[in-house]
Amino acid sequence: MKIIVCIKQVPDTVHVRINEKTGAMEREGVPAVVNPYDLYALEEALRLREAHGGTVAALTMGPPQAEAVLRDAIALGVDEGYHLSGREFAGGDTLATSYALAKGVEKIGEYHLVLCGKQAIDGDTAQVGPELAEHLGLPFLGFVRRVRESGAGRIVVERMTEDGADVVESTLPAVISVVKEINTPRLPSLKGKMRARSFKATTWNAEALGADEARLGFAGSPTKVVKIFHPEARRGGEMLTGEPAEVAARLAEKLRSLGVCR
Amino acid sequence: MTTVRVLPEQCTGCGECVPSCPVAAIEMRGPAAFITDACTVCGICVTVCPVEAIEMQHVAPAARPCEPCRGVWVFAELHRGRLVGVARELMAKGRQLADRKGTELTALVFGAAVEAPARELVALGADRVLGAEHPVLELFHDDAYVAACLALADGQRPEIMLCGGTVLGRAFFPRLAARLDTGLTADCTSLEIDEESGILLQTRPAYGGNLLATIACPDRRPQMATVRPKVFPAGASDPARIGEIVIRRDWDGRLHSRTKVLEVLEEVVQTVNIAEADVIVAGGRGMGAAENFALLEQLARVLGGAVAASRAPVDAGWVPYARQVGQTGKTVCPKLYIACGISGQVQHLVGMQSADVIVAINKDPQAPIFSVATYGIVGDALEIVPLLIKALGRP
Amino acid sequence: MDYFLTEQQMMIRETARQVARERIVPVRAELDEREEFPWEVIKACAAADLFAIWVPEAYGGLGGGILDLCLCVEELSRACAGVAVSYAASALGTIPIVLFGTEAQKAKYLPDVASGRRLGAFALTEAGAGSDAGGVQTTARLDGDHYVLNGTKQWITNGGDAEIYTVVAITDRNRGARGASTFIVEKGTPGFTFGKKEIKMGIRSSSTRELVFTDCRVPKENLLGKEGQGFIVAMKTLDKSRPGIGAQALGIAQGAFDEAAIYSRQRVQFGHPISSFQAVQHMLANMAIKIEASRSLIYSVARYIDSGAKDYSKESAMAKVFPSDMAMEVTTDAVQILGGYGYMRDYPVEKMMRDAKITQIYEGTNQVIRNVIGLAIIKDFAKRAQV
Repeated sequence: MKIIVCIKQVPDTVHVRINEKTGAMEREGVPAVVNPYDLYALEEALRLREAHGGTVAALTMGPPQAEAVLRDAIALGVDEGYHLSGREFAGGDTLATSYALAKGVEKIGEYHLVLCGKQAIDGDTAQVGPELAEHLGLPFLGFVRRVRESGAGRIVVERMTEDGADVVESTLPAVISVVKEINTPRLPSLKGKMRARSFKATTWNAEALGADEARLGFAGSPTKVVKIFHPEARRGGEMLTGEPAEVAARLAEKLRSLGVCR
Repeated sequence: MTTVRVLPEQCTGCGECVPSCPVAAIEMRGPAAFITDACTVCGICVTVCPVEAIEMQHVAPAARPCEPCRGVWVFAELHRGRLVGVARELMAKGRQLADRKGTELTALVFGAAVEAPARELVALGADRVLGAEHPVLELFHDDAYVAACLALADGQRPEIMLCGGTVLGRAFFPRLAARLDTGLTADCTSLEIDEESGILLQTRPAYGGNLLATIACPDRRPQMATVRPKVFPAGASDPARIGEIVIRRDWDGRLHSRTKVLEVLEEVVQTVNIAEADVIVAGGRGMGAAENFALLEQLARVLGGAVAASRAPVDAGWVPYARQVGQTGKTVCPKLYIACGISGQVQHLVGMQSADVIVAINKDPQAPIFSVATYGIVGDALEIVPLLIKALGRP
Repeated sequence: MDYFLTEQQMMIRETARQVARERIVPVRAELDEREEFPWEVIKACAAADLFAIWVPEAYGGLGGGILDLCLCVEELSRACAGVAVSYAASALGTIPIVLFGTEAQKAKYLPDVASGRRLGAFALTEAGAGSDAGGVQTTARLDGDHYVLNGTKQWITNGGDAEIYTVVAITDRNRGARGASTFIVEKGTPGFTFGKKEIKMGIRSSSTRELVFTDCRVPKENLLGKEGQGFIVAMKTLDKSRPGIGAQALGIAQGAFDEAAIYSRQRVQFGHPISSFQAVQHMLANMAIKIEASRSLIYSVARYIDSGAKDYSKESAMAKVFPSDMAMEVTTDAVQILGGYGYMRDYPVEKMMRDAKITQIYEGTNQVIRNVIGLAIIKDFAKRAQV
């Protein structure tokens, strides 16, 4: 089984702090990491490889420094890493990004399954997975929490729904996005890190992909950011002080006046 | 090809753009800022620069002429044959947008039997309902949903298409957008028509809710957006309203699907969908132990609400993940959110700060949760909550 | 402080630190409470290749030295000494194979050790043979192709959970210190059973059991080194491993210091964080000085051993005694800084204080190890006098 996992480099939001005066995010010194949801996709791919044999390739798109996420994937045990890099890819929305990834997946070729994390924590759109499936003309299974069976041109998964899950069967190849319930991602190993140290990604630009440049990056993005602004800072309101019993009584009064309690 | 560049003669070297860059691609070189190859052309620095010394340059492709398009379409999702809450909310919003544009509102509804919901959609404001009836549409199959949608559209291109940001919508709409080769904006919190251009302005949280971005799809149609449940209010239903209902039942093998739902698993634990609750009582690390969540259950019962948690209690195994609020959990916007023993890290705040009223109970007067609270109480939640339950019990 | 570690050493430290942070810290209190062997954590250590560190590359290891091993033990101990000792005991039990094993023994056991599939344990101590290792009563009698072992080993770390044991037994009582030999004994060998799991003050997640040998027949080829070399094998192994106990103590102390420093900045009394009070600052300063001094000593001795030095008993002993005494002091001070909270099980420092105590006791009590150092000093000066 050959599995391609799409991964993204994102700022590690755990380290993001808000400047109390300006309300702006302080991003200086914030490390870049593999999008956390993509770690679940990588783990699932590695488990499928351990169960069925085959290879796992990681694919990312981003500026030169994004190669670091491929090294992280190699340290986890991934076999190959591919990097779509070039200014022509920059500034793409989900449609342009998914188009580029689709060209990358096709160029890697000979695959049975494409795995993605459910969404990236910087964009939070969850659109790239299904759009990628559409570009590739493949079925899409979103928010998958368990792979029940796989092999011989078919896969059965549990797809999360609002009140449980659907057990869904699909033909292969297919595109799957996974949620964090699916597994506990492994940590990088020493031998993997040593392999990653000497790893060199296969890097492709638009020309190498044979991609239509008009469909890539900013130029190929139908959506444009009109403006970015800070949400009206929610201000702290009234502090209720006094003896606990008295404070509780006053809060109960406030809640009653809001009409939210019966 | 697009680049962001600094206009050296205008740059004052103030350096404000440097920390604003999410990928650390701006450095000070001599008297002016310099943008390195790490730039991802996100454009945040353009908005940050106080002297307009950063500009985004692009060789735009020949603006495509907008295809002839018309109308606002809302995809109205069914669950077990009934309209989901967000469908009602989108009908109200869709009606507003259609009126604003002086056009009609069309609702799409797919399922095994759509007659009754179609009538309901007319009552909720639809001028026209396009229904697709087929057994394969009862549950979500992405191939079949896209095929049904294209067949119903039959060459018409709406100007605007909206869908709920449900599990179904978040898989179906991106696929449809890619098929239609147009833009899609996820999880919008505001949808407005621009006065001048008539374009749909779609506002959504960016970078974990710390910023808001207004996004437009200027030259392709439809302009597509998904909206999470409970973001917009639902409108009133008027059974007397009249609208056209067209239901297609004959598909002649056109709804082929490569996926097949074998079984539907319903899980009792998960049925409390905190994203739908009007009142949420949430606990954090300060609750101390799993047993203490019983207190919150009690308070939630009194208020007719649901119990949620920040990340710590979920990681500790006190509370199931389905109840986690925050960046890695759910986004909620109830009428009332009571945060008990939650310090209020950014990752939690982005998941709940749009609640109408926030009450915070925390031992630490410096806890960031108080900066967003409508009412704050410095104290031990384990002491205050029982007193509050008692106080609410008395009329 | 920069200790000029190699790239591999920094990688080891970072990998162990991540395992500690993500896999050990969240479960350490529960492991301590339930006295449960940390199999899940051990598996995570294995998956991260931490068991490969001390095994030569030819057998699937990384060929790391004592400093590499100490860095790993330090990071694991910083999170939980109970886990760290289970890890370190596997090293202690299998380093004899690395040092004295035949090609066949190495090929048979070391790949499984490196992958973490099988844990090791070292068995010297007996009821009557603690500091006085000469008191070993367990015997091994050659009978055809087998040695027949009889006797009981006490307080063996990883006992019952390990699969590869290096056991010291008497082969010829008449030859005194030259009458002992070391054997590799596999779990499951008939006649080899375990006593009950001991209930301990600290390092409670680690398992400590008796090993009972009753006419246990061990194949002749499992003799490690030559017959009569038993105590040499044991002493050479302990000389190598003692800085590891120092690293354990160092990790515990660092973990307790971190907790105390963080707490002191959060805890407000008299309107100020207690870190603003000089009494607390001086405690923190003394703790930091002692920790850094220990680290310098351990790393230096480990490097000295790795440089190929021949005789390092004294230095190795110092790198165990000083850090373990230090850890007891620092963890006690950490509990003091956290005050009443420090005494409660809700905070991790009381566990660290309980865990620290054992480092002054095992692999030679600090008293008997001072004897080793004292004898070495007297020997040195005696030599000088002859010149």
